[in-house]
Amino acid sequence: MPSPTHPIRSRGPSGVPARPTIRPAASRLSHRFAFRPPFWLRHALLALLLLGGIAAQAYTLEEFTFDSPEQQAEFRELIGKLRCLVCQNESLAGSQAELAQDLRNEVYRMMRAGQTQDEILDFLIARYGDFVLYEPPLKPSTYVLWFGPFVLIGIGAVFMVRALLRKKATPESDITDAERKRLQELLAADGGNTEKSS
Amino acid sequence: MTSSTSPRRRLAVALVPMALFVALVALLVFGLGNDPRKVPSPLVGKPVPEFRLPELTDPSRSVTDEDLRGRISLVNVWASWCNSCRAEHQALMALSESPDFQIVGLNWKDDAGDANRVLRMTGNPYDMNGYDPDNTVGIHWGVYGAPETFVVDHNGIIRHKHIGPIDRTVWEETLQPLIAQLKAEQ
Repeated sequence: MPSPTHPIRSRGPSGVPARPTIRPAASRLSHRFAFRPPFWLRHALLALLLLGGIAAQAYTLEEFTFDSPEQQAEFRELIGKLRCLVCQNESLAGSQAELAQDLRNEVYRMMRAGQTQDEILDFLIARYGDFVLYEPPLKPSTYVLWFGPFVLIGIGAVFMVRALLRKKATPESDITDAERKRLQELLAADGGNTEKSS
Repeated sequence: MTSSTSPRRRLAVALVPMALFVALVALLVFGLGNDPRKVPSPLVGKPVPEFRLPELTDPSRSVTDEDLRGRISLVNVWASWCNSCRAEHQALMALSESPDFQIVGLNWKDDAGDANRVLRMTGNPYDMNGYDPDNTVGIHWGVYGAPETFVVDHNGIIRHKHIGPIDRTVWEETLQPLIAQLKAEQ
């Protein structure tokens, strides 16, 4: 009994569907990793991973203790000024990276040892460079950065003023003396009307 | 209005914005090729920071800044948890055969057991290894990731800092010429 053949699905000579030539990904994987953990082990591992996520704690300022609220405010200000070099768009205050934690501890330790803000900043700049500061310091190599925009605005302003002055000055030179005389005659002839309408 | 300005001057004025634009594009292209993660170290040109750390494989010994004087050294910051360090390990193994310099490891924020296991299993390219689990010495070297490699000359002056793994290109284009130069200075 002839069966209707699907136009897309090709069939082998005996009428059975042709085997797909590409082995499914799963079977390739199981070839490479001969060991497939049993069901209960896989789920136990997953549960363990999820528990690990809970255990990994975020840092808070609470772990640092201070003698006074002023000292705490100073610490906050200081770590807000410093960049976390691992995650470069975060300050030490905002970063959860491990390196940020190390540097926070170091800043805290130095502060407790009685060092001033400037001493702590200099310590870190000497080791990590100016980049450790969020705000680039004002010095010859950063003049372009600090003053460049104002210089550009100044140049723009000069060009704009010059262009405006030139535009104002031009119309007078556009007509000849004879033309001007004729214009004045015309205006004089029509004078009464324009005064009333304005 | 424009009769007073010559066509040559007008052309020059018209070319100014063009030139500015080309300069800006050049600056931006330069910026694209620059990796912001590679922060230049202010320590280059300065003596190595003083330090004393226990040796990783033999904690009864210690590694100090004195060990970095008298020879050219590559100071390599690494950790067993660091994938890129694993990638550069083969390169370090090959370099460890050179008599021109020693390789001193700074095992950074690592666990001694893990680190020693890595060295046992994949070979040990280091002449010695400072063990710095708490980043006490790393901070003084301005380390902010692994791997990082410092080239230290025989006077104990840091001459170069390479951020990221050492591969053939880095070796041939940067480190090898520098070490040849340092050898000539010796």
